[in-house]
Amino acid sequence: MAKESGAANYADSITKYIIVYVCILAIAGLQFVIAYSHLDGSQMFLRMFSLALLEAGLGVIFFMHLGSENRRFVIFVAVFTLFVLGAMQYSWTDSFRMLVGAPYSSTAAQPK
Amino acid sequence: MSHADVVMGGHTPEVMEDRPFAFPTKKLAMWLFIISDAATFAACLVAYGFLRNGSPNWPTPFKFSPTIINAMIMTFVLITSSLTMLLGVRAAKLGDKAGAFRWTMITAVLGLLFAILHIREWIGMIHEGVRLFSNPWGSGLFGASFFSITGLHLLHVTSGVVALLAVGLRYKRGRYNADDLEVMGLYWHFVDLVWMFVVPFVYLLNVAH
Repeated sequence: MAKESGAANYADSITKYIIVYVCILAIAGLQFVIAYSHLDGSQMFLRMFSLALLEAGLGVIFFMHLGSENRRFVIFVAVFTLFVLGAMQYSWTDSFRMLVGAPYSSTAAQPK
Repeated sequence: MSHADVVMGGHTPEVMEDRPFAFPTKKLAMWLFIISDAATFAACLVAYGFLRNGSPNWPTPFKFSPTIINAMIMTFVLITSSLTMLLGVRAAKLGDKAGAFRWTMITAVLGLLFAILHIREWIGMIHEGVRLFSNPWGSGLFGASFFSITGLHLLHVTSGVVALLAVGLRYKRGRYNADDLEVMGLYWHFVDLVWMFVVPFVYLLNVAH
């Protein structure tokens, strides 16, 4: 629970940390299982990315104690980080153009 | 008028601006670094995704043995090192100085083990013919993206091990306190967090079936 005082609480029991650790290990293991399942590339990517986000969320909230920090700071970190990471996604259409689209796809005949 | 008032040109501490978010300065600096570093890694991973998606002959060379098994062990080692770091910070916050130092050193050893495993894997790939701009299987950009992303992460781990040793020893000597160890812990958890994205994107999406 986020607090206004802004001090991460490290007095939690070790059991809680062990549980989070085991969960992260299990999620990581699941990613390896997915890698050997018969899924197409986009489905595999989506599942692995979702699991990576879950792992990272657990790590940020419990290991880095962002969940028990000052609420305004948590909002600052979340908004700023998500904006920056989101802004990087503008180039994907061009990546698909390289693969299947025109002009000058790497698989299509090149103009002379 | 006190000496402090004279030094601050007549301004009393009450009129000075508070720290942002009422946060310890070092911790705030580390969080800002983490945000900027997350953007750096994200940029590398997005660029890698751009190339991988746009290259019809992108190679998928990673066999279960040795590469994927090695990646499993490295993942286990790094996640475990995050736990030991956490236990070290917790011990420091609870006043157990010896325990904090011990856990910090265990974390450093695990980080070193991770780096050794990583370098061993690099050497194996170089022996298989992977270079920065060429490889025996397909798109030449595979090596560039693989070595740059994992290399950037390896650089962070190596720097982290050095920092862990320095901070741990200074903490033991009383020059640093539990807050400094906590800031160090934030960095180490971040390095672990980045690996959670590197493994699926760089290794598991390139598994040989």
